Amino acid sequence: MVELTINKIKVNAEEGMTILDAAKSAGIAVPTLCHMKNLFPTGACRICSVEVEGQRGLIPSCAYPVYEGMVVDTNSPRVRKARKTIVELLIENHPQDCLICVRNKNCELQDMSAHYGVREHRYAGESKDHAIDISSPSMERDPAKCILCGRCVRVCNEIQQVGAIDFTKRGFQSIVTTPYNKGLNISDCILCGQCILVCPTAALREKGQLKEVASALNNKNKFVIAQIAPAVRASLGEEYNMPLGTDVTGQLVTGLKRLGFKRVFDTNFAADLTIMEEATELVNRVTNNKPLPMFTSCCPGWVKYIEHRKPELLQHVSTCKSPHEMEGAILKTYYAKKIGIDPKDIVVVSIMPCTVKKFESSRPELSEEYMPDVDAVLTTRELVRFFNMAGVDFVDLPGSEFDNPLGESTGAAIIFGTSGGVMEAAIRTAYNMLTGKELEKLEFEEIRGLEGIKELSLTINGLKLNFAVVNGIGNVAKVLEEVENGTSKYHFVEVMACPGGCINGGGQPIHQKHEKVIKRIKALYEIDTKMIHRKSHENEAVKTLYKEFFGEPNSEKAHEILHTHYKSRKK
Amino acid sequence: MHKHIFKKYPAKDKSNLIALLQAVQEIYGYLPEGALQEVSDFVGLPLSRVYGVATFYNQFRLTPLGEIVIRVCRGTACHVCNSANILFTLETNLGITAGQTTRDKRFTLETVACIGACSIAPVITINDEYHGKVTVKEIPNILKKYNVQKQNPEKKAGVK
Ligand code: SF4
Ligand code: SF4
Ligand code: SF4
Ligand code: FES
Ligand code: FES
Repeated sequence: MVELTINKIKVNAEEGMTILDAAKSAGIAVPTLCHMKNLFPTGACRICSVEVEGQRGLIPSCAYPVYEGMVVDTNSPRVRKARKTIVELLIENHPQDCLICVRNKNCELQDMSAHYGVREHRYAGESKDHAIDISSPSMERDPAKCILCGRCVRVCNEIQQVGAIDFTKRGFQSIVTTPYNKGLNISDCILCGQCILVCPTAALREKGQLKEVASALNNKNKFVIAQIAPAVRASLGEEYNMPLGTDVTGQLVTGLKRLGFKRVFDTNFAADLTIMEEATELVNRVTNNKPLPMFTSCCPGWVKYIEHRKPELLQHVSTCKSPHEMEGAILKTYYAKKIGIDPKDIVVVSIMPCTVKKFESSRPELSEEYMPDVDAVLTTRELVRFFNMAGVDFVDLPGSEFDNPLGESTGAAIIFGTSGGVMEAAIRTAYNMLTGKELEKLEFEEIRGLEGIKELSLTINGLKLNFAVVNGIGNVAKVLEEVENGTSKYHFVEVMACPGGCINGGGQPIHQKHEKVIKRIKALYEIDTKMIHRKSHENEAVKTLYKEFFGEPNSEKAHEILHTHYKSRKK
Repeated sequence: MHKHIFKKYPAKDKSNLIALLQAVQEIYGYLPEGALQEVSDFVGLPLSRVYGVATFYNQFRLTPLGEIVIRVCRGTACHVCNSANILFTLETNLGITAGQTTRDKRFTLETVACIGACSIAPVITINDEYHGKVTVKEIPNILKKYNVQKQNPEKKAGVK
């Protein structure tokens, strides 16, 4: 331990701690921009500068360790002036359109301007002028709003290890972009949106689809249906300042009805269905010596990744469509017939924690007779904007139940929203398929949590099966390498592109509270334990669907409607 | 044409990036996109990082040079003598902006820092020939020697 003084307060700090962390532990806030928890400091932005006795220049507190007897001032006139100048320079080189910006009231640059009392334009000069990249169906890049903090570059390179974007050129010309400044859609960006979550401004944002959805809802001839992904219900409350991890399922259903959706279904129904199809596929692969390991296919970010990087291994990816695509496909076939509506008049809107799902829903493979399975995808954030626009007072909404039959689900489905959940759900059902018996203990702690690669081995019917869960696309390279050179010991591997799973998806509420992922995950596991049915094969509505429509899992009809294929995107 | 350069360096070693880029440029006079991708695979860095490095340093070119390279000095002395207008006039006459090459690959227009001929500012060079005390008026005449027809300005680069 070392003792130092910060703003005349005695502070005990651990050796090696940065001034920033020491200050924080003493309840002293220091602003940061380029700093990212758990990543090596770059000291690029200097907004965190403080004064240290005996040092001539200002010191970047995020990059400087404390020492015994250090005397720090985080709030001297000199520090405040330096910070204010940095903010002023950033603002002058930034479009002045806060009032019409998608990040209005949730922007770190705005906050800093407010905190440091910027009240005039002192440095009017040339400001950068870059085209907005609207090429991708999932995301937009608006480099004019970029303040070059580098957080997106670091998430993409160091956490996701995709490396789709980087700093290019230098000085005033400097811009974060793709190789050759080409559109995101033709880069190998997987559209996971993790960069959006860390961007302090609106330089990175989702491609909005609210207009399309609103106009469908206004069209009397359209039967507009919403479906909600598991992760959305555990995070949306944050946008209304509810505690992290509040379950708002009931309000969501009511809210969507008030927006004019004719039916509100649960993507969890299709998650149970996915498990039936995927577990059957796995059992099939294991017993018939087909390519192993099998990879999950629920995450379109991961699918896009392997299509770019290792298309040779695509036969290892389950052919199951992702749950919301399955739900859409059933709505436009089975359900349309059941309620006697022309599927062309049905509009399926998925409410997702994910930006890639927008891209996914535009894939031509995911359609029935030239109708897309899913017509539009709204992120959690977009839905909140929709509620606000429509005057839905979310906090005081009474709860209501999902519509049926595609609203029924089990505890196995709800945990799809977190890393390890798909695997746990699949095991609960595969065990039953292989043995005819039920598991006694449904929870598998080994594959829960935030570790990068989680492993589990089970002996079922004398057969030893090895499972792995890859949490975050940045951890997948090693697993793929082993599969490639034939040394992989796994039978079944779950991959989720976002660290923590969809619960931390690129479409989720934006704020930098660190416990958010853990709290949201906890909410999902709690819902699971409260469910009457916790195994996908116990979903009565899914059973009925097989009886009335598909026959059995992996039947010819199921293959036609619930499965898909992939393509190489290698350059 | 450039494959042999990879033999000189160990694979997956990021520290050789600059040397490899220089070797590629030595061969082609610029960094072709395909070669950049190969360098990226070879050193084990994402293409975005390699492209970032290539655009950070002035020594690297991402487009081939035209047959005739026109450089406009933007150093202080020339600036005071109105080199901005000289540049602007060249840009409009050639239909490209500084750093670009005409579609017919005949002309490349570049800016440079002081080229040490301040006494005859403003200065431009055409290939290796110096033109001092250039005026906006005489630019069309200078260009005429090289057979320039006025071209349509290219659309501003960017993503749409
Ligand atoms: S969306 Fe994901 S892959 Fe694409 S740039 Fe952002 S972090 Fe990288
Ligand atoms: S796009 Fe956003 S996160 Fe990336 S450097 Fe710019 S401001 Fe920072
Ligand atoms: S982990 Fe979930 S939110 Fe993230 S890209 Fe995959 S499907 Fe989307
Ligand atoms: S936050 Fe410390 S230098 Fe940017
Ligand atoms: S400034 Fe142009 S030659 Fe010196």
